Amino acid sequence: MTEFSSGTLTGTNLHLSFGSLHVLRGIDLHVEHGTTASLIGPSGSGKSTLLRVLNRLIEPDTGDIALDGKSVLTENPDRLRQRIGMVFQQFNLFPHKTVADNVSLALHKLRKMPKDQARAKALEHLDMVGLKHKADARPGNLSGGQQQRVAIARALAMEPEVMFFDEATSALDPELVKGVLALMADLATSGMTMVVVTHEMGFSRNVSDSVTFMDGGVVVETGPPEQIFTDPQTPRLRGFLSDIL
Amino acid sequence: MDALEQLRKTFFDWQAMADVIPQILTVGLPNTLILAISSAVLGCIFGLVLAVLGLSHNPLLRWMARIYTDIFRGLPAILTILLIGLGFGPVVRILTGSTNPFPLGILALTLMGAAYIGEIFRSGIQSVDKGQLEASRALGFSYTSSMILVIIPQGIRRVLPALVNQLISLIKDSSLIYLLGLLGSQREIFRIGNDAAANTGNLSPLVAAGILYLVLTIPLTHLVNFMDNRMRSGRPDKGGGSAATGPSGLAGQAVVEPVGPASLAGKGN
Repeated sequence: MTEFSSGTLTGTNLHLSFGSLHVLRGIDLHVEHGTTASLIGPSGSGKSTLLRVLNRLIEPDTGDIALDGKSVLTENPDRLRQRIGMVFQQFNLFPHKTVADNVSLALHKLRKMPKDQARAKALEHLDMVGLKHKADARPGNLSGGQQQRVAIARALAMEPEVMFFDEATSALDPELVKGVLALMADLATSGMTMVVVTHEMGFSRNVSDSVTFMDGGVVVETGPPEQIFTDPQTPRLRGFLSDIL
Repeated sequence: MDALEQLRKTFFDWQAMADVIPQILTVGLPNTLILAISSAVLGCIFGLVLAVLGLSHNPLLRWMARIYTDIFRGLPAILTILLIGLGFGPVVRILTGSTNPFPLGILALTLMGAAYIGEIFRSGIQSVDKGQLEASRALGFSYTSSMILVIIPQGIRRVLPALVNQLISLIKDSSLIYLLGLLGSQREIFRIGNDAAANTGNLSPLVAAGILYLVLTIPLTHLVNFMDNRMRSGRPDKGGGSAATGPSGLAGQAVVEPVGPASLAGKGN
């Protein structure tokens, strides 16, 4: 895989409200380039929303987001999102396009690559996730695990500096989870900067470099995985861990 | 027995039918197709604009689309055709010297068709899963590009059956153009049948015209059912994938080129 030299992501004092609902209440998050940060916490704690704020799918009310030390809030958000790949719980492949076209669409239309070159690159990335042979299939004919691997290839083909995973395995049948997690672990090892919202505590513990526990729109605790899982400092994290482990 | 024979002669006088059929096929059929297909194509283009306006974030644009749709969906076809055709006819004559009622007839049919087609497109576009827009935006596409590349093609595909229904409607409504006054060579299927019926005092030419309408519309009706079934049965586990495995040939074309039938219309004109 390619080398990743940049991709340090910092969110500072991020606030977001939907009407009277204060979803993010001053979030600070720092992800050093080449590392993997897991976001854990109960549903509704704001993890997925935080991801969408960090790539400005949702604009924060206040706070700052910086990539490699430079604020991205003044940048065109479409440009920013080309630098940050995102993988969704529901895959969200484009059902009216073939697998290869799903991967090459943004290369061709946004990166202005000629069609054949974009396809070649798409095939290369599909090969990386072991699905080159499905290039001309429709997403609807693939298993959930395969669809998610295509979605990962689609994001990686844009050569992002950071990858976001939003509960990427939550919609998968249990037997398909492993393959996707293994792919994510490979990616983490290769030096990609990753922010992973997950309920897979095994992954969080073994693969990530830091774990951030969120609850009620705030970061309750953050630290290296050994500390978070073996020596939680706050009663809220202790309660959460005892509920799920 | 006399009464039965009388009815047979009134509706199924084979000679009267045979006399009118060549004209119905060589003059009426092409004219009907020109009217129906060009207003369908133009109606699709205009309808798509209406749908996009109707989904706009700008309330003024939404209202404009709404009001337009309410008006042209709410008026009887015959009234719209008369108002547009007769009302603007003299203006067109002054400006262009042309007395051909087809352009205004097509305009009237287009305005009506667009109101329905716009609603069809809007419902299709709205039925596309929100995650599709999110995924497209996350890749770095703008809202507009996302709509054009990802959302609208999927929305259109889902409403193809409803669109074909609209084409059937336009084929039937094109018969109302006769109200604008047609030269011999401009007559469409209904007018030719009607003229022959008036001249002979026998309804068989109208029956022949009716049969030709059915020959046009019934296959389309079945095409709708076929497309509908394909979309349903092609459905795998999740809604999103359904259309993908559906009528790949037909839908595929329409999706790649939302204004696909343009080539057909070109021929018609």
